[in-house]
Amino acid sequence: MRKFLFAASAPIGAFVLTLVISSLALLAFGSDPLAAFGDMLGHASKLETQVDILNRATPLYLSAVAVAIGFRMNLFNIGVEGQYLFAFLIAAQIGSLVALPQVLHILLIMVVASAVGAAYAGIAGVLKVTRGVNEVISTIMLNLIAVSGFIAWLQQEWQAEQNQEQFTATTLGTKPIDESGLIPHANAFLEIFTREIGQGKELTGVLFVAIAVGIAYHLLLTRFRFGFDLRASGMNPFAARAGGVPPKRMVVAAMVLSGAVAGLIGLVELADEAKFPPDPIQGLGFAGIAVALLGRNHPGGMVFSALLFAFLDVSAGILQNTQAATKEIVNIMQGIVLLAAVVAYGVTKRVQEREEARATAAALRAEEESSTHEGVGA
Amino acid sequence: MTTLRNLPAWARWPLYVLAGILLLTIVQSISDTGRLTAVSTSREMLRWAVPIFLAGLGGLFSERAGVVNIGLEGMLILGMWFGAWGSITYGPWAGLAIGMIGGGLGGLLHAVATVTFNVDHIISGVAINILAPALTRYLSDELWASPTTSPRTQSVGDWDVPFLAGGTIFGWESPDLLKSIGDREWWYLSDIAELARGLLRGTHWVAIIALLLVPFTSWLIWRTRFGLRLRIAGENPQAGEAQGVDIIRYKYIGVIISGILAGLGGAFISTELSGLFQGGNSAGRGFIGLAALIFGNWRPGGVLVGALLFGYVFGLDLKDLDGTASHALLLVNTVALAGVAAWALSRRRTTDAILATILGVGALAWWLSAETVPNWWSNILPYVLVLLVLVFFAQRLRMPAADGLPYRKGES
Repeated sequence: MRKFLFAASAPIGAFVLTLVISSLALLAFGSDPLAAFGDMLGHASKLETQVDILNRATPLYLSAVAVAIGFRMNLFNIGVEGQYLFAFLIAAQIGSLVALPQVLHILLIMVVASAVGAAYAGIAGVLKVTRGVNEVISTIMLNLIAVSGFIAWLQQEWQAEQNQEQFTATTLGTKPIDESGLIPHANAFLEIFTREIGQGKELTGVLFVAIAVGIAYHLLLTRFRFGFDLRASGMNPFAARAGGVPPKRMVVAAMVLSGAVAGLIGLVELADEAKFPPDPIQGLGFAGIAVALLGRNHPGGMVFSALLFAFLDVSAGILQNTQAATKEIVNIMQGIVLLAAVVAYGVTKRVQEREEARATAAALRAEEESSTHEGVGA
Repeated sequence: MTTLRNLPAWARWPLYVLAGILLLTIVQSISDTGRLTAVSTSREMLRWAVPIFLAGLGGLFSERAGVVNIGLEGMLILGMWFGAWGSITYGPWAGLAIGMIGGGLGGLLHAVATVTFNVDHIISGVAINILAPALTRYLSDELWASPTTSPRTQSVGDWDVPFLAGGTIFGWESPDLLKSIGDREWWYLSDIAELARGLLRGTHWVAIIALLLVPFTSWLIWRTRFGLRLRIAGENPQAGEAQGVDIIRYKYIGVIISGILAGLGGAFISTELSGLFQGGNSAGRGFIGLAALIFGNWRPGGVLVGALLFGYVFGLDLKDLDGTASHALLLVNTVALAGVAAWALSRRRTTDAILATILGVGALAWWLSAETVPNWWSNILPYVLVLLVLVFFAQRLRMPAADGLPYRKGES
């Protein structure tokens, strides 16, 4: 229990600090923080809002797992953003070209999305081990290539098409996918436990994919040799290498696996829109970094942080409606909670180390004393 | 080649530049574009390069002190916002100063996290990159009732160099020498004149300040006691500590300066280039600055060359609506890759040579088979260039030895 409290003290402390700072920011511009937070919590108790939160938490969690796989061996996959948008685009395109039975169609789209994400992330892994290119810079560049370069260009093209041929916005984006390729919604599942979901809200079926990915990630870390090698390489690459873990292969494998999970992020929006829309949701990759850090790369911890971030995101819409405060405050809260949490984790780790050192010293002293007593007795 | 290498740097670099322009001229004379050496191209190059360079130079101060700073993008964004706000509220020069303060505050935050609390440098940088745009959106929404745009800002203005580019002295308009040479359409000479004129006419004051920072930084880093101490914080902080240097203080100074410079770059974007704050206008220039820093091997002159190179590609792309200039650039790439291949062969680095040859042949084949290149290629070209440069030169670079490593006083 004490250990758990100690582990929880950092995120709780960070959250309290976030509330204090964001309250100050709200007060500075004459908003009432209590009213704003009250609105946020009040709406979150409604079932429909909870569905929204789960729908948002699902891609955030997938994104966080993708980032965490890299973090576990000290690899910074900053490129989840580009990987998922590219995977989303190509999976939507290929999915629209084929007609298959439902299970096969969905499976094909998932495999394509995963493979594209894996390949795009793999570039950074290969560049790192063969050419010594730092993965932070290469994934940032790959992000810019995918997002600022390719997708921004595609959007311009679509816009030009729309202006020329008087298309309506609904026809923009890639060609729509047949119903058989869309992951069905999971309202029926949630309604087992609750009342009927109103307002036409649909709980995304990708939630189950995310849960499966979370379980797989947990098993990978605790039950499989690969997960052990991954963690060992992250903690001490030299020791891992001496223990027979090939470092280069591990780097590429971790990047590829990370990208494969990243590729799945777009499925949520794909199931909703049935195509790659002209204005896809962006920023999930960067938010995933924050969620992974806040959840300490732990499969369970990231569930909480994904739900927290999703709650804040959804609250933005609520604040806009109630006018209690500017909705941009939630983004500030996300940034502060992240920064405060990483600082708090650093501090608690330091305290823990110091306590352990003190305990060891005390134990040694006790041992020494008892041995001198024995010496006197003899 | 050996004689060239024996020349001092001040004589060598102009020769490299002249050789580069010669290559551009030759390529241009066999393609359908005049844009490779146009006035507008070099002007756009400088406009793009200044914020990239300032961010990269900021990174230099931080990383020379041993703190990796990928939060440069966030600090640049803070500079954009605070620069715009300061310019609207207190006037243009104050705007630049306030932008620098805004970026400097971002640097201070990074320093507190990484130096005092020993948070991983990349993680703190990512957090700042998330926090900075969020903060600017919030402030914009509260002050200007729009999360992404501000009212018009004031610019500190620009300057035409007299005699060379027709600037005025006390109201008298001096002759525009470079324009008259450029108009003669002499082969090569006019191309040099056009490119030079783009740099010397309508030159932003901030650009001039940025260029002056190159010799100043070199002097500061390599010739002063401050520079020595800053560098030891990044090379071997324990040794510095043993010499009585307050490492923590120098790390703080380095990271805060880095934020200030990135902030100036951001303020330049909002007040001088776009004339207003607009979210997303940073276009990743903080990150590109980081790439320029690596390209320049953590040296001020190298950062400038990197920034100008990336700025050239961005600037060319901006005016190249039909894709012919980017098409001609493929041939330049081919020649550059051939040069890399030859260089790698002379160093007996066969893999590099083969890789460069394959890429060069690919670029040549593309150049031969098409008349223009599609728009997306010119969109991604600057970033591809960064990757290519790293692919071929990452192993030749030497970053400060203790860059990115945690440091605690009294522990080794």
